[in-house]
Amino acid sequence: MDMLSEGLSGALRLLLGFDPDFTAIVAVSVLVAFTSTSLAALTAVPVGVLIAQRRFPGRGGVIAVLNTLMSLPTVVVGLLVYSMLSRNGLFGSLGLLYTRTAMVIGQWILAFPIVAALTVATMEGLDTRVHSTAISLGASPMQAFLRLLSEARFGIVAAVVAGFGRVFAEVGVSMMLGGNIKTYTRSITTAIALETNRGEFALGLALGIVLLTVALLVNILLALLKRRTP
Amino acid sequence: MTLGVMVLWRRFGFLAGALSRDNQDGFMKAMEFTEKTLVTVMIGLIALCTVHAADAGDRSRVLRLATTTSTYETGLLDHILPLFEQRQNIKVHVISVGTGKAMAVARAGDVDVILVHARQAEDQFVREGYGSYRRTVMANDFIIAGPADDPAGVKGMRETGAALRRLAGGQHLFVSRGDDSGTHKKESQLWAATGIRPQGKWYLESGQGMSSTLTVADEKNAYVLVDRASYIANSKRLRLHVIVEGDPELLNVYGVIPVSHERRPSVKTMLADALVDWLVSPECQKMIEEFALEGERLFKPASAAETDAGDTDGHAE
Repeated sequence: MDMLSEGLSGALRLLLGFDPDFTAIVAVSVLVAFTSTSLAALTAVPVGVLIAQRRFPGRGGVIAVLNTLMSLPTVVVGLLVYSMLSRNGLFGSLGLLYTRTAMVIGQWILAFPIVAALTVATMEGLDTRVHSTAISLGASPMQAFLRLLSEARFGIVAAVVAGFGRVFAEVGVSMMLGGNIKTYTRSITTAIALETNRGEFALGLALGIVLLTVALLVNILLALLKRRTP
Repeated sequence: MTLGVMVLWRRFGFLAGALSRDNQDGFMKAMEFTEKTLVTVMIGLIALCTVHAADAGDRSRVLRLATTTSTYETGLLDHILPLFEQRQNIKVHVISVGTGKAMAVARAGDVDVILVHARQAEDQFVREGYGSYRRTVMANDFIIAGPADDPAGVKGMRETGAALRRLAGGQHLFVSRGDDSGTHKKESQLWAATGIRPQGKWYLESGQGMSSTLTVADEKNAYVLVDRASYIANSKRLRLHVIVEGDPELLNVYGVIPVSHERRPSVKTMLADALVDWLVSPECQKMIEEFALEGERLFKPASAAETDAGDTDGHAE
């Protein structure tokens, strides 16, 4: 049995076939990953910039913790959020378990340390003279800061893209918090897990190829965005 | 939504205007980029918040069913649920896990109803007050599958206990689910009845669902306890054969239990009751009986399980 070629042709059939179930799977993956990455970008980038700009006691420790959290296992995040969202948990009354919102929350937590830590690294890698030159040219501190930020823009985009890659490919959080409910919380990765469990290895592989294709499309879009503002 | 975008543009337009007065070279371009990115992100967020809000809106017609992998992965639920969903205007969210986990999430009140197969645990679930009542839905049987050449020589044995004793005695590879699922509970009971505590290099615990466990057994040429539905559903890709079958001990009965409203006020009792009514209705029973894979029927209707102790009423104590 040639699983790989079967997987490839399966992927093509899925991509060209427009099966509604399959479209829903891709839509869930993209929607959830896009929302969680956006949330992570909106929260983690400012935090990263602050950490890079300010000097405060325990700063090295905070950076070390952020870097460590980058290797947070998805299942641990899943368990943690699960225990809070379950009806027995702190936020149980919201009834959020097994919803897309729960998946977004879990993925947000996954992406946050990555985006924040990479933003810190980017900002710290910048030439500090940008800031002082801007000041000496008569810029206000705010303008000088914005100038610095604009220097870091590609690094920050890269940080966000890395966060997107992490959440788009993860399965632990989506499975535990989403529950792999058909057309509702079934993402590409949980569908792969299901098909693998069922022994439908070729279909699992096909979905994996689809996942990479969608990720490629997202990155092409981002590259186009970059080119439009050279 | 459109309003939100307009407000955003206005805000960013103001920012861009303020900056243009400073007349710094290259600055505008950088800001334009940041601005575009931010606006894209914002539009995405607003759109998605709308999605999530809408999503929360019609949740009153969503019923959560936790069930075992054998009912879901075989495709049975996809066969019998759509008609119910359409008629009742109810959306059933199926969470496919093992029986043990299904009961755990039901105890926490995270699902409204469970469809499982572990009679003792089910009765206890109702006795403890977590389930309001239990109805038998369907039945089939467990089998012991194993390599075609049957190195243990247990093929055709009628008594499961004797077969298991011989497997353990000869240290023949045996793969257990090891995951507190209904099948695993059954297997533990069968071992307990033999008085043997299975352990050693020949006894492997996969810790995975039925289909994955079958794959492990297949690759290792091992014996495995499996429900007939999962065996048939996976038979096309497996080399495993049916080795032991037909022992009344191997009866596998599936029951449905709505989670008690008194214990977990958040559950949707009306919808759960409607689902139970559908599952035991003659029409659905016929659909269950006729459901087939690879030309073989997978389940028998509830009437076939009558030798079993029947239904449980939670309030009859």
